[in-house]
Amino acid sequence: MEQLKSTLKKNIQQYTMIIAILIIWAIFYFTTDHIFLMPRNITNLFLQMTYVGIASSTMVLIMVCGHIDLSVGSVIGFSGALIAYLLKHAGMNVWLALLITLFAGALVGVWQGFWVAKVNLPAFIVTLSSEWVFRGLIIGVTNSETIQPNNAIFKAIGQGYLPNIAGPDAKFNLTALIIGGLCILAYVVSQIISRNKKKRYEFNVESTGIFILKLAIISIVIGFFFWNCNKDRGLPIPVIILAVIIFAINMIAKNTAFGRHVYAIGGNREAAELSGVNVRRTTWIVFILMGLMSAASGIVYTARLNSAAIAAGTGAETDIIAAAIIGGTSPAGGKGTVVGCIIGALVMASLENGMSILSMGSFEKYLAKGLVLLFAVAIDYLTKDSNY
Amino acid sequence: MEDYILQMKNITKTFPGVKALDNVTFNVKRGEIHALVGENGAGKSTLMKVLSGIHASSSYSGDIVLNGEVQRFNSIKDSERQGIAIIYQELALCKNLSIAESIFLGSEVKGKFGLIDWPETYHRTSEHLKRVHLDLNPETKIINLGVGQLQLLEICKALSKNASLLILDEPTAALTDDESERLLDLLRELRSNGVSCIYISHKLDEVFSIADTITVLRDGQTIITKPAAEITKNQLISYMVGRELSQMFPHVDHTPGDVVFEMRNWSVNHPQIKEKEVLHNININVRKGEIVGIAGLMGAGRTELMMSLMGAYGSNVRGEVYYNNEKIKIQSSADAIKHGICYVSEDRKRYGLVLMQDIKFNVSLPVLERLSRLGLIDDNELIKEVDGYVRDLRVKTPSIEQITHNLSGGNMQKVVLAKWLMTNPSIMILDEPTRGIDVGAKVEIYNIVNKLVQEGMSVIMISSELPEVLGMSDRIYIMHEGSITGEVDRSEATQELIMEYCTGIRTMNR
Repeated sequence: MEQLKSTLKKNIQQYTMIIAILIIWAIFYFTTDHIFLMPRNITNLFLQMTYVGIASSTMVLIMVCGHIDLSVGSVIGFSGALIAYLLKHAGMNVWLALLITLFAGALVGVWQGFWVAKVNLPAFIVTLSSEWVFRGLIIGVTNSETIQPNNAIFKAIGQGYLPNIAGPDAKFNLTALIIGGLCILAYVVSQIISRNKKKRYEFNVESTGIFILKLAIISIVIGFFFWNCNKDRGLPIPVIILAVIIFAINMIAKNTAFGRHVYAIGGNREAAELSGVNVRRTTWIVFILMGLMSAASGIVYTARLNSAAIAAGTGAETDIIAAAIIGGTSPAGGKGTVVGCIIGALVMASLENGMSILSMGSFEKYLAKGLVLLFAVAIDYLTKDSNY
Repeated sequence: MEDYILQMKNITKTFPGVKALDNVTFNVKRGEIHALVGENGAGKSTLMKVLSGIHASSSYSGDIVLNGEVQRFNSIKDSERQGIAIIYQELALCKNLSIAESIFLGSEVKGKFGLIDWPETYHRTSEHLKRVHLDLNPETKIINLGVGQLQLLEICKALSKNASLLILDEPTAALTDDESERLLDLLRELRSNGVSCIYISHKLDEVFSIADTITVLRDGQTIITKPAAEITKNQLISYMVGRELSQMFPHVDHTPGDVVFEMRNWSVNHPQIKEKEVLHNININVRKGEIVGIAGLMGAGRTELMMSLMGAYGSNVRGEVYYNNEKIKIQSSADAIKHGICYVSEDRKRYGLVLMQDIKFNVSLPVLERLSRLGLIDDNELIKEVDGYVRDLRVKTPSIEQITHNLSGGNMQKVVLAKWLMTNPSIMILDEPTRGIDVGAKVEIYNIVNKLVQEGMSVIMISSELPEVLGMSDRIYIMHEGSITGEVDRSEATQELIMEYCTGIRTMNR
C-alpha cells in the first residue's frame, strides 16, 4: 500500500491529466447522449489529434531544450502545399514525393538550427521569421490556389484504414484484434524482461501485486483502443503513424544519450557544456527533428483533407505548444515528457470534438481551450512545493 | 537585566518530514556582533529566514521579540520596517542600475508631480556611501563594481533604510583578505555606533576576530551561546560537529611519478576586451600521483586559467598542452574528457549540476555514450555504476533519484565528484573544492582526494584557503595578477612565504 502511494505521488501530474481526461469524457458522455464514446467518435477523436500529436512530440524536445518553435503552423502548411504540388502538378511518384517533402522539412530544421544553434539568435525570433517566410512560400508554391492531389495512396496516409484480413464483410476486424493482441503481448513481455533484468542487478522492484495491477491496467487501455477499432472501421493508418512516432521520440528522449543531453541543456546549459555535451550540435539536431516532424504532420494533415490551401496550418503552432504545456512541459526548459504531450493533445482534441457534437461554435471552443490551458498550468504550479 | 535587541524564543519549524529548527533560543544583545555558526544544514539559514519573515509567522511556533515587543513577520518587508536587514551570500542587486538607483530602489526620492528627484537622490547616495567608506560616483553602474564593493554597497543600502540589526550570511566568501578586513573594520565601526549584527560564517578565524558572542547550532538545536573570549577554536569545532577534529588535513605522503600533464607558455586575452592580456606566459606541470595546489588571491586568474584550458574562457588563447609528453589540443570540455582530464568547477550550482534533475541524471551525464548499446542507454548498467560511486563517496541521500537541488553543499560536491569519476580521469582539476561546505564534509572530500591520488590520479587544486593548500598539496604554484609568481615545495611552504608570492611582494626568477 505504501509503495502504491509513493508511486502515485511521484507521477501525480500525469495522473491529474488522465483524471481530467476521464472527467471530460464522462461529462461529454452524458451531455452528448452517449454519442461521444461511440466507437466511430472515438476513432474520430484520435484522427483529430494526429497532426497535433506528431508535431507536439518533438515540440516537447524543443521546449525542454529551452527554445520554442513558432513556425510549425506555417511549416505544416508549406509541407502540405509542397507534396500536393509534387503529386498534382509535377505528377511525381507518391513515395518519392513523400521522401522529398520530409527532406524539405529537415532542411527547414537545418535553416532554423543554423540561426539558433550556430549564430545564437533567440529561437523565438528565428521561428517567428520562419512563420512568415514559409507562409509566403506556401503562396508561392500553390500560386494562391487550393490544390487537391487526389492520389489514393496519399489519401490513405490521412484517412485510410488497414484492410481487414478476415475480409471486408467479416463480423470482426481480425487485423485490429491481432495487432492489438500482439501489442499487449509485446508490452507485457518487455515489462517482464525488464523487471527480471532489474532483479538480476539486485535492484528494488515493485511488488508482484502492483506489477500485475500495472500490467492489467495498461493492457486494458491498449485492449480498449483496439476493440474500439474493431467495432468501427478498423485501424486508422494516421493513428498508427502517430503511435510509431510517439514511440520513437519517447525512446529518443528517455533512452538515448542525445535525448538526455537535450534535458541537460535545458536544465543548465553551462553545466551541460562543461560535462562534455556538444550543445550546438544537439540543439541543431533538435531543430532538424522538429522540421522533419512538422513535415510529417503537414503530410498527414493534408492527406486527411485531400487539399492544400494557403491558410492550412494557420495557428496550429498554438495548439501544438499548448498540448506540450498542458502535458507538463516547462516553457523555461529542462522539463517535459512525450507521453505527457500526447495526453495534452488528447485533452484538447476531446474538448474540440465533444463541443462540436454539442453544436458549440468557435466562441465556446476558444474560451474552453484558453481556460483549460491556464488551469492545467496553474494546478501544476500550485501543487508543487518548489520550482524544481 | 541584559539589554537585548532581539530574542528568539523556542522557535520550532518543521518542513514536511524534517524538523529544521527544534526549540531554538537565540538572543542578540544591543550593539554586539553575534556570530552564528554551525555545519551546513544545522539550521542557520532557516533561522534567519524565520527572523526576516521569509517564513511567515504562521509556519513556525515560538516568539520573536524585537526591542521588547513580540513581532509577527509575514514578509521580508515586515521585518525591514522594524529595522532588520538581511544581506545574502549571493548578492541581490540589479546589475543594470546605478548605485543611486539600487540604494533607493523601492523607496525612490520623489519630487514634484511624483517624479524622481535625481539631484537629491545623488546627494543622499553620496552621504550614505561615505558611511561605508566607499569612494564612488553614485551614477556608477553596478555591473562595474567588484565583489568587495558590492558587499559594502549592500550594507550601505541596509543602513539607508535605518537598519539596526544587520544579518550577514557568509559575507566574505568571495572577498580577498584585504576586502574582508575592510568589511570587518566597517562592522566594528557600526557596532560602536550601536548597530547590532548577526554574523554567519564558516571562517572561524574571522568569527574569532570579530564576534563578541558566539552561538552554535547543530541539527536544528542551539548547542551553546558563549562570549567569544571564553571559547577556543578547537572547542568551537567540536561543538559544531559534535566531535574533536584533531587532524583537519589528513595529508598522506605521495610518491609522485613522471610528469603527466603540462601547460607551456600559456597566454590568454580577455574574452570581451580582446586586446587585454589576462594570463601571461604560464608554465605548470603535474606528476603522476601528485597534488599540485594553485594558490592566489581572488582575481589572480586561477579559475580563468583552468576555464581557458577547457576552452570555456578567453580569446586568442596561446600556448601548448602536453599529456604524457604528447601535445594535445583541447577545444571543449568534451575533448578534455577524452584525454582523461576533468575540471570540477568552483561554482557547483552554475557549472556543476543540472539542479532540477536527479543524482542519477547528473552523475551519468558525461558518459551516456559509453553506457549506450546500439544507441540506447543501458539503464541497469547506468544505475549500477552511479550507485557504486554514490556509495563509495558516501553521498547522504535516500536514493539516487533524489533531485540534486535538495542536497546540501557537501553532498552536491560529492555528486559532482562522482560525475567526474565516471569519466575515469587521470587528471582532476579541483577549483575551490570545499567552498561553502561544512567542516565534516570537507574532511570527507580531502580523504576522497587523497585516496584518488594514491590510486595514481593527479590533482590540480585551486584553493583560496591557505591552510587547505598547505595541508593538501605536494607542491604549490602561486599566482598573482595573471602570472605564476612562485613555485614552492611542500617541505618549504609556509603561510607567510605563500602570502608574499600571492601579493607579488616576492617573485621567483623564472
